[in-house]
Amino acid sequence: MGKALGILWEIFRGSLITARHFTVNMFFHTLNLVGIKTRRKGAVTIQYPEVKKPLASRHRSRHRLMRREDGKPRCVACMLCATVCPSDCIAIEAAEDPDPEIQKVPASFVIDLNRCCFCGFCVEACPEDAIRMDTAVIDLAATSHQDLVVGLDKLLG
Amino acid sequence: MIGILLLKIVLALVWFLVLTLYLTWLERKESAVMQDRIGANRAQILGLRLFGLFQPFADAIKMIFKEDFVPSFSKKLLHTLAPFLSFFFVCVTISAIPFADDIRIGGKTIPLQVFDADVGLLFVLAMLSLGIYGIILSGWSSNNRFALLGGMRGAAQLISYEVALGLSLVGLIMVFPSLRISEMVRAQGSLVLGFLPAWGVFLQPVGALIFFIAALAETKRVPFDMPEGESEIIGFFAEYGGLKWGMFMFTDFMEILIVSCLMTTLFFGGWQVPWLGPQGFSFPWGGSWHLASWLVTVFQVLIFNVKVIFFCWLQILIRWTYPRLRYDQLMDLGWKVLVPLSLLNILATGLIMSL
Repeated sequence: MGKALGILWEIFRGSLITARHFTVNMFFHTLNLVGIKTRRKGAVTIQYPEVKKPLASRHRSRHRLMRREDGKPRCVACMLCATVCPSDCIAIEAAEDPDPEIQKVPASFVIDLNRCCFCGFCVEACPEDAIRMDTAVIDLAATSHQDLVVGLDKLLG
Repeated sequence: MIGILLLKIVLALVWFLVLTLYLTWLERKESAVMQDRIGANRAQILGLRLFGLFQPFADAIKMIFKEDFVPSFSKKLLHTLAPFLSFFFVCVTISAIPFADDIRIGGKTIPLQVFDADVGLLFVLAMLSLGIYGIILSGWSSNNRFALLGGMRGAAQLISYEVALGLSLVGLIMVFPSLRISEMVRAQGSLVLGFLPAWGVFLQPVGALIFFIAALAETKRVPFDMPEGESEIIGFFAEYGGLKWGMFMFTDFMEILIVSCLMTTLFFGGWQVPWLGPQGFSFPWGGSWHLASWLVTVFQVLIFNVKVIFFCWLQILIRWTYPRLRYDQLMDLGWKVLVPLSLLNILATGLIMSL
Protein backbone atom coordinates (compact mmCIF):
# COMPACT_ATOMS: atom_id res chain seq x y z
CA MET A 1 0.00 0.00 0.00
CA GLY A 2 2.82 2.36 0.93
CA LYS A 3 4.62 1.51 -2.27
CA ALA A 4 1.49 2.05 -4.33
CA LEU A 5 0.98 5.43 -2.71
CA GLY A 6 4.60 6.31 -3.50
CA ILE A 7 4.04 5.41 -7.14
CA LEU A 8 0.88 7.50 -7.18
CA TRP A 9 2.79 10.44 -5.74
CA GLU A 10 5.49 10.10 -8.40
CA ILE A 11 2.83 9.93 -11.12
CA PHE A 12 1.27 13.07 -9.72
CA ARG A 13 4.67 14.80 -9.60
CA GLY A 14 5.15 13.97 -13.27
CA SER A 15 2.08 15.91 -14.21
CA LEU A 16 3.27 18.79 -12.00
CA ILE A 17 6.45 18.99 -14.08
CA THR A 18 4.56 19.22 -17.37
CA ALA A 19 2.07 21.64 -15.85
CA ARG A 20 4.97 23.81 -14.69
CA HIS A 21 6.43 23.80 -18.20
CA PHE A 22 3.03 24.79 -19.53
CA THR A 23 2.49 27.68 -17.12
CA VAL A 24 6.04 29.06 -17.37
CA ASN A 25 6.04 28.92 -21.17
CA MET A 26 2.54 30.36 -21.31
CA PHE A 27 3.70 33.23 -19.08
CA PHE A 28 6.52 34.16 -21.46
CA HIS A 29 4.29 33.70 -24.51
CA THR A 30 1.78 36.09 -22.99
CA LEU A 31 4.47 38.65 -22.12
CA ASN A 32 5.78 38.54 -25.68
CA LEU A 33 2.27 38.78 -27.08
CA VAL A 34 1.50 41.99 -25.22
CA GLY A 35 4.80 43.43 -26.37
CA ILE A 36 7.04 43.01 -23.34
CA LYS A 37 10.41 41.75 -24.54
CA THR A 38 12.03 39.10 -22.39
CA ARG A 39 15.36 37.41 -22.81
CA ARG A 40 13.77 34.02 -22.31
CA LYS A 41 11.20 32.97 -24.90
CA GLY A 42 8.24 30.67 -24.45
CA ALA A 43 9.53 28.25 -27.05
CA VAL A 44 12.89 27.29 -28.48
CA THR A 45 11.46 26.98 -31.99
CA ILE A 46 13.09 28.84 -34.88
CA GLN A 47 10.46 29.65 -37.52
CA TYR A 48 12.72 28.36 -40.28
CA PRO A 49 11.94 29.83 -43.67
CA GLU A 50 11.38 33.29 -42.19
CA VAL A 51 13.99 33.15 -39.44
CA LYS A 52 17.28 31.44 -40.03
CA LYS A 53 19.82 30.28 -37.52
CA PRO A 54 23.22 31.94 -38.08
CA LEU A 55 25.66 29.47 -39.60
CA ALA A 56 29.05 28.85 -38.08
CA SER A 57 31.87 30.61 -39.95
CA ARG A 58 33.43 27.27 -40.92
CA HIS A 59 30.13 25.72 -41.96
CA ARG A 60 30.49 23.82 -45.23
CA SER A 61 27.78 24.88 -47.67
CA ARG A 62 27.55 24.93 -51.48
CA HIS A 63 30.85 25.40 -53.29
CA ARG A 64 32.01 28.45 -55.17
CA LEU A 65 35.01 29.09 -57.42
CA MET A 66 37.16 32.12 -56.70
CA ARG A 67 38.28 34.59 -59.37
CA ARG A 68 41.60 36.28 -59.98
CA GLU A 69 41.85 40.05 -59.84
CA ASP A 70 41.24 40.24 -63.58
CA GLY A 71 38.10 38.14 -63.29
CA LYS A 72 39.38 34.84 -64.65
CA PRO A 73 38.88 31.74 -62.49
CA ARG A 74 41.73 31.01 -60.12
CA CYS A 75 41.44 27.31 -60.88
CA VAL A 76 44.34 25.89 -62.87
CA ALA A 77 42.63 22.56 -63.59
CA CYS A 78 45.22 20.59 -61.65
CA MET A 79 42.60 17.92 -60.86
CA LEU A 80 43.65 17.63 -57.20
CA CYS A 81 40.11 18.24 -55.99
CA ALA A 82 38.66 15.75 -58.46
CA THR A 83 41.24 13.21 -57.31
CA VAL A 84 40.71 13.66 -53.60
CA CYS A 85 36.91 13.75 -53.87
CA PRO A 86 35.59 10.60 -52.12
CA SER A 87 32.21 10.90 -53.82
CA ASP A 88 33.75 11.36 -57.27
CA CYS A 89 31.44 14.25 -57.94
CA ILE A 90 33.81 16.80 -59.52
CA ALA A 91 34.40 16.63 -63.26
CA ILE A 92 36.94 19.06 -64.77
CA GLU A 93 37.87 19.57 -68.39
CA ALA A 94 41.09 21.52 -68.86
CA ALA A 95 41.86 24.02 -71.58
CA GLU A 96 45.03 25.88 -72.47
CA ASP A 97 45.59 29.41 -71.22
CA PRO A 98 47.64 31.88 -73.32
CA ASP A 99 49.35 33.19 -70.17
CA PRO A 100 52.47 31.03 -69.60
CA GLU A 101 52.25 31.78 -65.86
CA ILE A 102 48.90 30.04 -65.65
CA GLN A 103 49.07 27.47 -68.42
CA LYS A 104 45.72 25.75 -67.77
CA VAL A 105 42.15 26.88 -67.09
CA PRO A 106 39.04 24.77 -66.64
CA ALA A 107 36.95 24.63 -69.80
CA SER A 108 34.20 23.14 -67.69
CA PHE A 109 33.98 22.55 -63.97
CA VAL A 110 30.97 20.48 -62.97
CA ILE A 111 30.04 19.50 -59.42
CA ASP A 112 27.30 16.91 -59.05
CA LEU A 113 25.69 18.03 -55.79
CA ASN A 114 23.55 14.89 -55.82
CA ARG A 115 26.68 12.94 -54.96
CA CYS A 116 28.60 15.52 -52.94
CA CYS A 117 28.95 14.58 -49.27
CA PHE A 118 30.18 18.04 -48.21
CA CYS A 119 33.39 16.69 -46.67
CA GLY A 120 35.39 19.75 -47.72
CA PHE A 121 38.40 17.74 -48.96
CA CYS A 122 38.37 19.64 -52.26
CA VAL A 123 38.80 22.91 -50.39
CA GLU A 124 41.71 21.50 -48.42
CA ALA A 125 43.36 19.96 -51.47
CA CYS A 126 43.25 23.06 -53.64
CA PRO A 127 46.74 24.63 -53.98
CA GLU A 128 45.36 27.85 -55.50
CA ASP A 129 42.57 28.51 -52.96
CA ALA A 130 40.27 28.41 -55.95
CA ILE A 131 37.39 26.45 -54.46
CA ARG A 132 35.66 27.37 -51.23
CA MET A 133 32.52 26.15 -49.47
CA ASP A 134 31.38 29.35 -47.77
CA THR A 135 28.37 30.48 -49.78
CA ALA A 136 25.94 29.75 -46.89
CA VAL A 137 23.61 28.15 -49.42
CA ILE A 138 22.18 25.20 -47.52
CA ASP A 139 18.69 24.86 -48.95
CA LEU A 140 19.83 22.64 -51.80
CA ALA A 141 16.56 21.20 -52.93
CA ALA A 142 15.48 20.72 -56.52
CA THR A 143 12.78 18.95 -58.43
CA SER A 144 15.17 17.15 -60.77
CA HIS A 145 18.64 15.70 -60.55
CA GLN A 146 19.84 17.92 -63.38
CA ASP A 147 19.14 21.04 -61.32
CA LEU A 148 21.69 19.90 -58.77
CA VAL A 149 24.49 19.47 -61.28
CA VAL A 150 26.14 22.87 -61.20
CA GLY A 151 28.69 24.14 -63.70
CA LEU A 152 31.15 27.01 -64.02
CA ASP A 153 28.49 29.70 -64.42
CA LYS A 154 26.82 28.89 -61.12
CA LEU A 155 30.02 28.21 -59.24
CA LEU A 156 31.62 31.44 -60.31
CA GLY A 157 28.46 33.51 -59.89
CA MET B 1 -42.47 24.39 -27.54
CA ILE B 2 -41.15 22.31 -30.45
CA GLY B 3 -39.41 25.38 -31.79
CA ILE B 4 -37.67 26.02 -28.50
CA LEU B 5 -36.64 22.37 -28.28
CA LEU B 6 -35.20 22.42 -31.80
CA LEU B 7 -33.36 25.64 -31.03
CA LYS B 8 -31.90 24.07 -27.90
CA ILE B 9 -30.79 20.98 -29.83
CA VAL B 10 -29.12 23.10 -32.49
CA LEU B 11 -27.43 25.34 -29.92
CA ALA B 12 -26.17 22.40 -27.87
CA LEU B 13 -24.85 20.61 -30.95
CA VAL B 14 -23.16 23.73 -32.30
CA TRP B 15 -21.56 24.42 -28.92
CA PHE B 16 -20.45 20.80 -28.68
CA LEU B 17 -19.05 20.43 -32.19
CA VAL B 18 -17.33 23.80 -32.33
CA LEU B 19 -15.70 23.24 -28.97
CA THR B 20 -14.61 19.77 -30.10
CA LEU B 21 -13.17 21.25 -33.29
CA TYR B 22 -11.12 23.65 -31.24
CA LEU B 23 -10.08 20.93 -28.83
CA THR B 24 -7.88 19.62 -31.64
CA TRP B 25 -6.29 23.05 -31.77
CA LEU B 26 -6.00 23.13 -27.98
CA GLU B 27 -4.39 19.72 -27.98
CA ARG B 28 -1.76 20.75 -30.50
CA LYS B 29 -1.01 24.07 -28.86
CA GLU B 30 -1.03 22.77 -25.31
CA SER B 31 1.26 19.87 -26.09
CA ALA B 32 3.55 22.28 -27.91
CA VAL B 33 3.70 24.72 -25.02
CA MET B 34 4.35 21.88 -22.61
CA GLN B 35 7.28 20.73 -24.74
CA ASP B 36 8.75 24.22 -25.32
CA ARG B 37 7.51 24.29 -28.91
CA ILE B 38 5.14 26.65 -30.71
CA GLY B 39 2.73 24.23 -32.33
CA ALA B 40 0.63 24.43 -35.46
CA ASN B 41 0.54 28.08 -36.50
CA ARG B 42 0.86 28.07 -40.29
CA ALA B 43 -2.73 27.62 -41.39
CA GLN B 44 -3.74 31.02 -42.70
CA ILE B 45 -6.48 32.84 -44.52
CA LEU B 46 -5.17 35.76 -46.58
CA GLY B 47 -2.04 35.98 -44.47
CA LEU B 48 -4.02 35.99 -41.23
CA ARG B 49 -2.65 33.30 -38.95
CA LEU B 50 -4.25 33.92 -35.55
CA PHE B 51 -2.13 31.37 -33.66
CA GLY B 52 -3.23 28.61 -36.03
CA LEU B 53 -6.90 28.98 -35.22
CA PHE B 54 -7.73 27.94 -38.80
CA GLN B 55 -5.90 24.65 -38.38
CA PRO B 56 -9.04 22.57 -37.62
CA PHE B 57 -10.55 23.74 -40.92
CA ALA B 58 -7.38 22.89 -42.80
CA ASP B 59 -7.49 19.43 -41.22
CA ALA B 60 -11.14 19.02 -42.15
CA ILE B 61 -10.51 20.01 -45.77
CA LYS B 62 -7.60 17.61 -45.97
CA MET B 63 -9.64 14.71 -44.61
CA ILE B 64 -12.66 15.43 -46.80
CA PHE B 65 -10.56 15.40 -49.95
CA LYS B 66 -8.77 12.17 -49.13
CA GLU B 67 -9.90 9.03 -50.85
CA ASP B 68 -12.78 7.34 -49.06
CA PHE B 69 -11.19 3.93 -49.12
CA VAL B 70 -13.03 0.75 -48.19
CA PRO B 71 -10.92 -2.43 -48.42
CA SER B 72 -12.36 -5.03 -50.76
CA PHE B 73 -12.21 -7.71 -48.08
CA SER B 74 -14.19 -5.76 -45.49
CA LYS B 75 -17.90 -5.95 -44.77
CA LYS B 76 -18.84 -2.73 -46.51
CA LEU B 77 -22.07 -1.78 -44.75
CA LEU B 78 -20.75 -2.35 -41.23
CA HIS B 79 -17.41 -0.83 -42.12
CA THR B 80 -19.21 2.36 -43.13
CA LEU B 81 -21.64 2.24 -40.24
CA ALA B 82 -19.07 1.87 -37.45
CA PRO B 83 -17.65 5.43 -37.36
CA PHE B 84 -21.16 6.87 -37.55
CA LEU B 85 -22.24 4.73 -34.62
CA SER B 86 -19.46 5.81 -32.31
CA PHE B 87 -19.93 9.41 -33.46
CA PHE B 88 -23.67 9.35 -32.86
CA PHE B 89 -23.69 7.87 -29.38
CA VAL B 90 -21.24 10.42 -28.06
CA CYS B 91 -23.13 13.25 -29.76
CA VAL B 92 -26.41 12.20 -28.14
CA THR B 93 -24.91 12.35 -24.67
CA ILE B 94 -24.62 16.14 -24.74
CA SER B 95 -28.42 16.35 -24.54
CA ALA B 96 -28.33 15.39 -20.87
CA ILE B 97 -25.96 18.16 -19.80
CA PRO B 98 -27.53 21.27 -18.21
CA PHE B 99 -25.80 24.49 -19.26
CA ALA B 100 -27.39 26.84 -16.73
CA ASP B 101 -30.33 27.24 -14.39
CA ASP B 102 -33.84 27.42 -15.89
CA ILE B 103 -34.58 30.75 -17.52
CA ARG B 104 -37.97 32.44 -17.44
CA ILE B 105 -39.11 34.31 -20.53
CA GLY B 106 -42.68 35.68 -20.62
CA GLY B 107 -43.96 33.38 -17.89
CA LYS B 108 -42.47 30.29 -19.49
CA THR B 109 -39.80 28.26 -17.74
CA ILE B 110 -37.17 26.98 -20.12
CA PRO B 111 -34.59 24.53 -18.78
CA LEU B 112 -31.26 25.06 -20.49
CA GLN B 113 -30.88 21.36 -21.09
CA VAL B 114 -32.08 19.44 -24.12
CA PHE B 115 -33.35 16.29 -22.49
CA ASP B 116 -33.99 16.26 -18.75
CA ALA B 117 -34.75 12.59 -18.19
CA ASP B 118 -35.42 11.41 -14.65
CA VAL B 119 -32.83 8.70 -15.27
CA GLY B 120 -30.44 11.14 -16.89
CA LEU B 121 -27.36 9.66 -15.29
CA LEU B 122 -28.22 6.16 -16.47
CA PHE B 123 -28.94 7.56 -19.92
CA VAL B 124 -25.46 9.08 -20.07
CA LEU B 125 -23.79 5.87 -18.90
CA ALA B 126 -25.83 3.82 -21.37
CA MET B 127 -24.91 6.05 -24.30
CA LEU B 128 -21.23 5.98 -23.35
CA SER B 129 -21.38 2.17 -23.23
CA LEU B 130 -23.09 1.96 -26.60
CA GLY B 131 -20.09 3.74 -28.08
CA ILE B 132 -18.23 0.44 -27.69
CA TYR B 133 -20.29 -0.91 -30.59
CA GLY B 134 -18.52 1.47 -32.93
CA ILE B 135 -15.18 0.05 -31.84
CA ILE B 136 -16.12 -3.61 -32.01
CA LEU B 137 -17.90 -3.17 -35.33
CA SER B 138 -15.02 -1.32 -36.92
CA GLY B 139 -12.55 -3.94 -35.71
CA TRP B 140 -14.68 -6.84 -36.84
CA SER B 141 -15.96 -5.51 -40.15
CA SER B 142 -12.47 -4.50 -41.26
CA ASN B 143 -11.75 -8.23 -41.59
CA ASN B 144 -8.17 -7.55 -40.58
CA ARG B 145 -6.66 -9.51 -37.71
CA PHE B 146 -4.89 -6.53 -36.19
CA ALA B 147 -8.00 -4.39 -36.37
CA LEU B 148 -10.02 -7.19 -34.80
CA LEU B 149 -7.49 -7.55 -31.99
CA GLY B 150 -7.60 -3.80 -31.46
CA GLY B 151 -11.37 -3.88 -31.31
CA MET B 152 -11.33 -6.71 -28.79
CA ARG B 153 -8.76 -4.91 -26.66
CA GLY B 154 -10.95 -1.83 -26.79
CA ALA B 155 -14.07 -3.73 -25.83
CA ALA B 156 -12.34 -5.50 -22.94
CA GLN B 157 -10.88 -2.26 -21.64
CA LEU B 158 -14.06 -0.22 -21.94
CA ILE B 159 -16.24 -2.89 -20.34
CA SER B 160 -13.78 -3.28 -17.45
CA TYR B 161 -13.70 0.41 -16.75
CA GLU B 162 -17.45 0.71 -17.22
CA VAL B 163 -17.77 -1.21 -13.95
CA ALA B 164 -15.60 1.21 -11.99
CA LEU B 165 -17.28 4.15 -13.71
CA GLY B 166 -20.74 3.00 -12.68
CA LEU B 167 -19.74 2.06 -9.15
CA SER B 168 -17.95 5.35 -8.54
CA LEU B 169 -21.22 7.16 -9.23
CA VAL B 170 -23.26 5.12 -6.78
CA GLY B 171 -21.89 7.09 -3.82
CA LEU B 172 -22.85 10.27 -5.59
CA ILE B 173 -26.37 9.03 -6.20
CA MET B 174 -26.61 8.25 -2.48
CA VAL B 175 -25.50 11.75 -1.55
CA PHE B 176 -27.75 13.59 -3.98
CA PRO B 177 -30.70 11.24 -3.88
CA SER B 178 -31.60 11.59 -7.55
CA LEU B 179 -30.66 10.28 -10.98
CA ARG B 180 -31.97 13.43 -12.66
CA ILE B 181 -28.94 15.44 -13.67
CA SER B 182 -30.55 18.86 -13.30
CA GLU B 183 -31.63 17.81 -9.80
CA MET B 184 -28.08 16.77 -8.94
CA VAL B 185 -26.66 20.07 -10.10
CA ARG B 186 -29.26 21.99 -8.13
CA ALA B 187 -28.39 19.99 -5.01
CA GLN B 188 -24.78 21.13 -5.40
CA GLY B 189 -25.84 24.74 -4.89
CA SER B 190 -26.31 24.35 -1.13
CA LEU B 191 -23.51 24.85 1.36
CA VAL B 192 -21.76 22.47 3.71
CA LEU B 193 -20.43 23.81 7.04
CA GLY B 194 -21.78 27.21 6.07
CA PHE B 195 -19.16 28.16 3.48
CA LEU B 196 -18.12 25.18 1.33
CA PRO B 197 -20.29 24.64 -1.76
CA ALA B 198 -21.76 21.14 -1.67
CA TRP B 199 -20.00 20.08 -4.82
CA GLY B 200 -19.67 16.37 -5.51
CA VAL B 201 -15.91 16.55 -5.21
CA PHE B 202 -16.15 17.72 -1.58
CA LEU B 203 -18.78 15.15 -0.66
CA GLN B 204 -17.29 12.29 -2.69
CA PRO B 205 -13.55 12.94 -3.17
CA VAL B 206 -12.70 9.28 -3.73
CA GLY B 207 -15.63 8.85 -6.07
CA ALA B 208 -14.49 11.88 -8.08
CA LEU B 209 -10.97 10.48 -8.42
CA ILE B 210 -12.17 7.04 -9.48
CA PHE B 211 -14.67 8.52 -11.88
CA PHE B 212 -12.00 10.68 -13.47
CA ILE B 213 -9.53 7.82 -13.93
CA ALA B 214 -12.19 5.46 -15.25
CA ALA B 215 -13.52 8.15 -17.57
CA LEU B 216 -10.00 8.77 -18.85
CA ALA B 217 -9.83 5.09 -19.72
CA GLU B 218 -13.19 5.42 -21.47
CA THR B 219 -11.84 8.14 -23.75
CA LYS B 220 -9.18 5.59 -24.84
CA ARG B 221 -6.43 8.15 -25.08
CA VAL B 222 -2.81 7.81 -24.29
CA PRO B 223 -2.31 6.44 -20.82
CA PHE B 224 -5.08 4.01 -21.80
CA ASP B 225 -4.80 3.92 -25.59
CA MET B 226 -4.49 0.17 -26.08
CA PRO B 227 -7.52 0.01 -28.42
CA GLU B 228 -6.10 2.37 -31.00
CA GLY B 229 -2.38 2.11 -30.38
CA GLU B 230 -1.76 5.53 -31.84
CA SER B 231 1.98 5.17 -32.14
CA GLU B 232 1.79 1.81 -33.90
CA ILE B 233 -1.43 2.47 -35.87
CA ILE B 234 -2.46 -1.13 -35.20
CA GLY B 235 -5.76 -0.38 -33.56
CA PHE B 236 -9.38 -0.93 -34.39
CA PHE B 237 -9.31 1.71 -37.13
CA ALA B 238 -6.31 0.30 -38.96
CA GLU B 239 -8.40 -0.09 -42.13
CA TYR B 240 -9.88 3.39 -42.08
CA GLY B 241 -8.72 6.48 -43.86
CA GLY B 242 -9.85 9.94 -44.73
CA LEU B 243 -13.03 11.28 -43.24
CA LYS B 244 -14.07 8.03 -41.57
CA TRP B 245 -10.78 7.89 -39.69
CA GLY B 246 -11.34 11.56 -38.94
CA MET B 247 -14.69 10.69 -37.40
CA PHE B 248 -13.04 8.23 -35.03
CA MET B 249 -10.51 10.88 -34.09
CA PHE B 250 -13.28 13.43 -33.68
CA THR B 251 -15.16 10.97 -31.47
CA ASP B 252 -12.12 10.81 -29.21
CA PHE B 253 -12.16 14.55 -28.79
CA MET B 254 -15.91 14.55 -28.25
CA GLU B 255 -15.40 11.99 -25.51
CA ILE B 256 -12.88 14.28 -23.83
CA LEU B 257 -15.46 17.02 -23.91
CA ILE B 258 -18.20 14.73 -22.61
CA VAL B 259 -16.00 13.52 -19.79
CA SER B 260 -15.21 17.12 -18.90
CA CYS B 261 -18.91 17.97 -18.98
CA LEU B 262 -19.76 15.01 -16.75
CA MET B 263 -16.91 15.76 -14.37
CA THR B 264 -18.11 19.35 -14.14
CA THR B 265 -21.77 18.48 -13.84
CA LEU B 266 -21.50 15.65 -11.37
CA PHE B 267 -18.54 16.62 -9.23
CA PHE B 268 -17.77 20.29 -9.71
CA GLY B 269 -21.16 21.89 -9.41
CA GLY B 270 -22.10 22.14 -13.07
CA TRP B 271 -23.29 25.68 -13.67
CA GLN B 272 -23.21 26.51 -9.95
CA VAL B 273 -21.03 29.47 -9.10
CA PRO B 274 -20.03 29.35 -5.43
CA TRP B 275 -22.44 31.48 -3.32
CA LEU B 276 -24.41 32.64 -6.39
CA GLY B 277 -28.14 32.28 -5.91
CA PRO B 278 -30.93 33.31 -8.27
CA GLN B 279 -30.86 36.81 -6.74
CA GLY B 280 -27.11 37.29 -6.87
CA PHE B 281 -24.13 36.56 -4.68
CA SER B 282 -24.53 36.20 -0.94
CA PHE B 283 -21.14 35.58 0.59
CA PRO B 284 -20.67 33.50 3.73
CA TRP B 285 -18.82 36.38 5.39
CA GLY B 286 -21.93 38.51 5.24
CA GLY B 287 -21.74 40.63 2.11
CA SER B 288 -24.10 40.28 -0.82
CA TRP B 289 -24.17 41.49 -4.41
CA HIS B 290 -27.49 41.76 -6.15
CA LEU B 291 -27.54 40.75 -9.81
CA ALA B 292 -30.21 40.82 -12.52
CA SER B 293 -31.49 37.36 -13.43
CA TRP B 294 -30.07 37.45 -16.96
CA LEU B 295 -26.68 38.34 -15.53
CA VAL B 296 -26.93 35.35 -13.21
CA THR B 297 -27.59 33.10 -16.22
CA VAL B 298 -24.63 34.57 -18.08
CA PHE B 299 -22.45 33.95 -15.04
CA GLN B 300 -23.64 30.35 -14.84
CA VAL B 301 -23.03 29.60 -18.52
CA LEU B 302 -19.61 31.22 -18.31
CA ILE B 303 -18.54 29.29 -15.23
CA PHE B 304 -19.79 26.07 -16.79
CA ASN B 305 -17.63 26.70 -19.84
CA VAL B 306 -14.64 27.62 -17.74
CA LYS B 307 -14.90 24.43 -15.73
CA VAL B 308 -15.37 22.29 -18.84
CA ILE B 309 -12.38 23.84 -20.57
CA PHE B 310 -10.29 23.39 -17.44
CA PHE B 311 -11.01 19.66 -17.44
CA CYS B 312 -10.27 19.43 -21.17
CA TRP B 313 -6.95 21.12 -20.42
CA LEU B 314 -6.29 18.68 -17.60
CA GLN B 315 -7.03 15.66 -19.77
CA ILE B 316 -4.76 16.89 -22.54
CA LEU B 317 -2.06 17.54 -19.94
CA ILE B 318 -2.40 13.95 -18.75
CA ARG B 319 -2.35 12.64 -22.31
CA TRP B 320 0.93 14.41 -23.04
CA THR B 321 2.56 13.53 -19.72
CA TYR B 322 2.23 9.83 -19.21
CA PRO B 323 3.39 6.82 -21.20
CA ARG B 324 0.98 4.05 -22.00
CA LEU B 325 0.07 1.40 -19.44
CA ARG B 326 0.88 -2.21 -20.24
CA TYR B 327 -2.21 -4.30 -20.80
CA ASP B 328 -1.92 -6.30 -17.55
CA GLN B 329 -1.26 -3.09 -15.62
CA LEU B 330 -4.38 -1.65 -17.19
CA MET B 331 -6.51 -4.59 -16.13
CA ASP B 332 -4.93 -4.59 -12.65
CA LEU B 333 -5.71 -0.92 -12.23
CA GLY B 334 -9.28 -1.44 -13.34
CA TRP B 335 -10.22 -4.60 -11.48
CA LYS B 336 -7.85 -4.70 -8.50
CA VAL B 337 -7.70 -1.02 -7.59
CA LEU B 338 -10.59 1.00 -8.93
CA VAL B 339 -13.41 -1.51 -8.45
CA PRO B 340 -12.53 -2.42 -4.81
CA LEU B 341 -11.90 1.24 -4.03
CA SER B 342 -15.27 2.27 -5.42
CA LEU B 343 -16.98 -0.53 -3.47
CA LEU B 344 -15.25 0.67 -0.30
CA ASN B 345 -16.33 4.18 -1.18
CA ILE B 346 -19.96 3.06 -1.38
CA LEU B 347 -19.61 1.31 1.97
CA ALA B 348 -18.01 4.33 3.63
CA THR B 349 -20.63 6.67 2.18
CA GLY B 350 -23.39 4.46 3.50
CA LEU B 351 -21.81 4.29 6.94
CA ILE B 352 -21.36 8.03 7.19
CA MET B 353 -24.86 8.73 5.92
CA SER B 354 -26.43 6.32 8.41
CA LEU B 355 -24.74 8.00 11.37
